[in-house]
Amino acid sequence: MTPYFNEMFQNNAVRPPYAGLEGWSADMPADIRLAKQAEAEALFRRIGITFAVYGEGGDPDRLIPFDMFPRVFTANEWAKLERGIKQRARALNAFLVDVYGRGEIVRAGRIPRKLVYQNAAYEKAVCGFIPPKGVYSHIVGIDIVRTGPGEFYVLEDNCRTPSGVSYMLESREMMMRMFPDLFRENRIEPIDSYPDKLRRTLASVAPAKCDREPTVVILTPGHFNSAYYEHSFLADLMGVELVEGQDLFVDGAFVYMRTTEGPKRVDVIYRRLDDDYIDPLCFRPDSMLGVPGLMDVYRSGGVSICSAPGAGVADDKAVYTYVPEMIRFYLGEEPILSNVPTWKCGEASDLKYVTENLHELVVKEVHGSGGYGMLVGPKSTKQQVEDFRGLILANPGNYIAQPTLALSTTPTFVEEGIAPRHVDLRPYCLVGERIELVPGGLTRVALREGSLVVNSSQGGGVKDTWVLAE
Amino acid sequence: MLLSVEHVTVYRYDRPVRGVVQSHRLMPSKFDGQKVLDWSVTMTGGELGSAFRDGAGDWVQGWTVAGPVDEIEVRVSGRVLTTDLAGILRGHKELVPPEAYLRGTEATFADAALTELAQIIVTADTPLSGCHDLTDAISDAIAYKPGSTRARTTAAEALAQGEGVCQDHAQALISAARAAGIPARYVSGYLQSGQDGMDHEAAHAWGELYIAGIGWIGFDPANRCCPDDRYIRLGSGLDAQNAAPIRGISRGSGSEILSVTVAVQTQEQ
Repeated sequence: MTPYFNEMFQNNAVRPPYAGLEGWSADMPADIRLAKQAEAEALFRRIGITFAVYGEGGDPDRLIPFDMFPRVFTANEWAKLERGIKQRARALNAFLVDVYGRGEIVRAGRIPRKLVYQNAAYEKAVCGFIPPKGVYSHIVGIDIVRTGPGEFYVLEDNCRTPSGVSYMLESREMMMRMFPDLFRENRIEPIDSYPDKLRRTLASVAPAKCDREPTVVILTPGHFNSAYYEHSFLADLMGVELVEGQDLFVDGAFVYMRTTEGPKRVDVIYRRLDDDYIDPLCFRPDSMLGVPGLMDVYRSGGVSICSAPGAGVADDKAVYTYVPEMIRFYLGEEPILSNVPTWKCGEASDLKYVTENLHELVVKEVHGSGGYGMLVGPKSTKQQVEDFRGLILANPGNYIAQPTLALSTTPTFVEEGIAPRHVDLRPYCLVGERIELVPGGLTRVALREGSLVVNSSQGGGVKDTWVLAE
Repeated sequence: MLLSVEHVTVYRYDRPVRGVVQSHRLMPSKFDGQKVLDWSVTMTGGELGSAFRDGAGDWVQGWTVAGPVDEIEVRVSGRVLTTDLAGILRGHKELVPPEAYLRGTEATFADAALTELAQIIVTADTPLSGCHDLTDAISDAIAYKPGSTRARTTAAEALAQGEGVCQDHAQALISAARAAGIPARYVSGYLQSGQDGMDHEAAHAWGELYIAGIGWIGFDPANRCCPDDRYIRLGSGLDAQNAAPIRGISRGSGSEILSVTVAVQTQEQ
């Protein structure tokens, strides 16, 4: 068994970033801890933050468990992460502009044509269109895992509309309210500028036809959506309107929002619904959630849509394997953050290796998300492995495989006290006129002992994430 | 050939609707086979919206009509000078890579029967001869019978029932071609009516198949030929709905009655 990297304890000593938490956790009596935990849960329930993280399904009204033990990074660790994340976000956007334009990376043979142009997320309706500032993906959520002191791997990129940022903000809010002393004793970088930075990012990509302070809105599929809380939370914090498709309409060459004072022109739409649903005249004709005629206005530069339609082709799990290549091709740099080594079952030699080593590998669907439709080899029964082998052989191109990573652990409050649990990290990189990142992200924790799956639908929780000032 | 077009679409609503939004692909394509002499599209009470040329080379024009309104007329009229290029789409500027047209849609899903037809291309001497043979085979397999299919009939359904109209011919053709690995798309346009005694559909549709080394070539199973100077090309898409010359939606509870008249005639030059 691989020894897991414990982010707090190493060789019976406390690693420096966690020094400020040692006494705090050791001195907390069990009854206080339980009372605080109950308080946190009650607060979360009261504000109604009960939703699943991006595409994870599950019970939308279920509360995602909050763990009070913070996860901590040093300034140095964060500096490297930040550079790596920004580099990746730049490369992903350069790739999107390229593949909807001349496709230089494909012509150069650095990524297979088929993988890009036959990809279900490749949207021919936006070919030849360059969105304002050349940005397709304005909020890039990059899922990162850690396996050692200086070893970080990118698990996947989310270029469409990554969710969960409200958990990042609420977890911090909660910790500051319950443990104000911790924030006096430790120099923790603030993250509360995120909504303001998000609004500035969105406003910075207003279309050329916008000649005044841009009007930004958030377009939600509605209150039945599992992330509706986050949509309204962000709208509130940014001071922008939260709208549904029926609140917007196209008149002439622009998009307007119905207001009590009459129609108001909209310049930037931060949409939290999929491409397929945003305009029945361009995509699914049966969609009731979108705005008829929106794409024509968008294509002629009358409104901006964030993320830009078509952005999904960059975060496909098979395209993911080529992100390091994108970084070299567009930026002429070496990747700062590594990819997880990935076998593509669609390629014969990879398929052979994967089917021979299934018991050691994690196998995922190319378009899957949320920890569904995946095999964690070492944690599966012989029968489960055999069943999955059948699925892979029936449609190899639909699967990729990765080694089972020794995800780092951080101390976590459990019933018996404090125990190590596996974690990942999703920072949210903002891309507009500038590329910005607040110091932190969403840490998800696998609360079940030994579990490596952090998805909330599979028993995952969330933690506050600290970045310490120099 | 000098062709004149008169294409009128009337929407009548039994109860007035609050507004209408449409997206048009009603401009003849720009390529060596056709030259527009004059062309106009009007919409009663319509406000011109956004317009742009998309990556596939089509001119897209948005329109909105403020309600309440109970009748809308879209009128297209114009003259185009056409040249017979044996179906080859020469001089057409576009950015969409051909591979993007290998993707199937619900309407063009290739079932076992369509996949079997695809074998005609797979086993042909050359892809080009295979495409001609496939066009003939689709023509044989689906008899022209107006009213036998609906707008949403899929390629597989039309082939199974053995009857259909040009939309079904075109969708079956592109479905089978894609199954054979040939990029294929649906094309909407006009066809000169009458004259040779055949009962053509003036608002017409056919398929375009991409052959490496040549480019996009039109094939019309409905008339067992490649488009010539009797054809006017408007736009393309992954299937009939994706390539529709008029896509629209109305706000309101009224039900819609549609009437379309199209006349495409030869004019003396």
